[in-house]
Amino acid sequence: MVEATPLWEVFIRPRNGLSHRHVGSLHAADEVMALQAARDVYTRRGEGTSIWVVPSLAITASDPDHADEMFEPTADKIYRHPTFYEIPEEVGHM
Amino acid sequence: MYSQGLIGADGRTEEDAAFLAAFQARIDAEEKIEPKDAMPEGYRRTLVRQIGQHAHSEIVGMLPEGNWITRAPSLRRKAALLAKVQDEGGHGLYLYSAAETLGVSREQMTEELLSGKAKYSSIFNYPTLSWADIGIIGWLVDGAAIMNQIPLCRCSFGPYARAMIRVCKEESFHQRQGYEIVMTLMRGTEAQKAMAQDALDRWWWPALMMFGPHDSESAHSEQSMAWKIKRFSNDALRQKFIDATVPQAEFLGLKVPDPDMVWDAGLNDGQGGYRHGPIDWDEFWRVVKGGGVMNRDRIRARRKAWEDGAWVREAARAHALKRAARKVAAE
Ligand SMILES: [Fe+2]
Ligand SMILES: [Fe+2]
Repeated sequence: MVEATPLWEVFIRPRNGLSHRHVGSLHAADEVMALQAARDVYTRRGEGTSIWVVPSLAITASDPDHADEMFEPTADKIYRHPTFYEIPEEVGHM
Repeated sequence: MYSQGLIGADGRTEEDAAFLAAFQARIDAEEKIEPKDAMPEGYRRTLVRQIGQHAHSEIVGMLPEGNWITRAPSLRRKAALLAKVQDEGGHGLYLYSAAETLGVSREQMTEELLSGKAKYSSIFNYPTLSWADIGIIGWLVDGAAIMNQIPLCRCSFGPYARAMIRVCKEESFHQRQGYEIVMTLMRGTEAQKAMAQDALDRWWWPALMMFGPHDSESAHSEQSMAWKIKRFSNDALRQKFIDATVPQAEFLGLKVPDPDMVWDAGLNDGQGGYRHGPIDWDEFWRVVKGGGVMNRDRIRARRKAWEDGAWVREAARAHALKRAARKVAAE
């Protein structure tokens, strides 16, 4: 059996002013090689100005099987949205 | 490049009817399925196999063209070919990482390729005999791959669809550089024109085979269509490819090597299209099953690359451990 090389998640900032976005993953022995590989694999055509690599093991994710309980409480809080409040038209845009 | 109609898909699945119906409802609503979502085992298995075959095809696909990098006729052609082959390596990596989200490991996929257990597109088991082959491959093989891959951008499985969007963006240069090579040859000497025609004669039928067996012969494709892994049938995509390619060949002054090819006004729901002659499926299956000219060579080259790279992987790991230990000591 071959020994596994660690997996990294790659995030790229397309240009200043935008957030880093997840673009995929890759295998690399350490963070230095992960960054170099990320540049070669994910930015061959100027797709970014900054790269983050994060060990996949370091990510804690919510469980999709519990997505209902997790996100349900927001569904009935319609008073969090501006359209919940009635402002007469004469007042104009608010 | 280069996905091919999936070889040996098996969409059988054992879940109860209510689970399958709920899953189908999500698919029908055009919801994307993400890796950790509940999914039928058959859906997962089909995708692991299809994405794996697709990834292997990108990686093995580097070999026939890599063969010509050092012999490209000019620096411009060499730089373009090098960039194309590097892209194909990138495509393989995007796809492996999409497959890994389904729980299969990279090591396992690599082992399956090297042992000959995993399949890849039959087109790469043909040899690249002349420089014209490089032009024809870009034009036809990448062209066929684009036809296959554009609908995959809307595949129901999120990571595969996202990988395909990146891949499709990069493919268009591959096809254009190929067509430009052929065009240059067709403006050249008689010998150069003959070289281009010879390459087309050899690659035309294998390119049509890239779309996979006829719909009537591809047993599992209905389930893949229902799950929206696949959006068009093998024959529909093949027809689209032929209709797009024949006029491009005419423009170049090349002749498609199919004596039975005729314009049929009844094809494509009455819009007309080119009806092709019979495809030699015995050849297709022979090549898929390992009987092509280059099958052994391709796997031997991949194995050599893997074995020759072993010390690099070991050294990188040892270096990483040493750096990590030094970091801990310094804290
Ligand atoms: Fe590709
Ligand atoms: Fe390509």
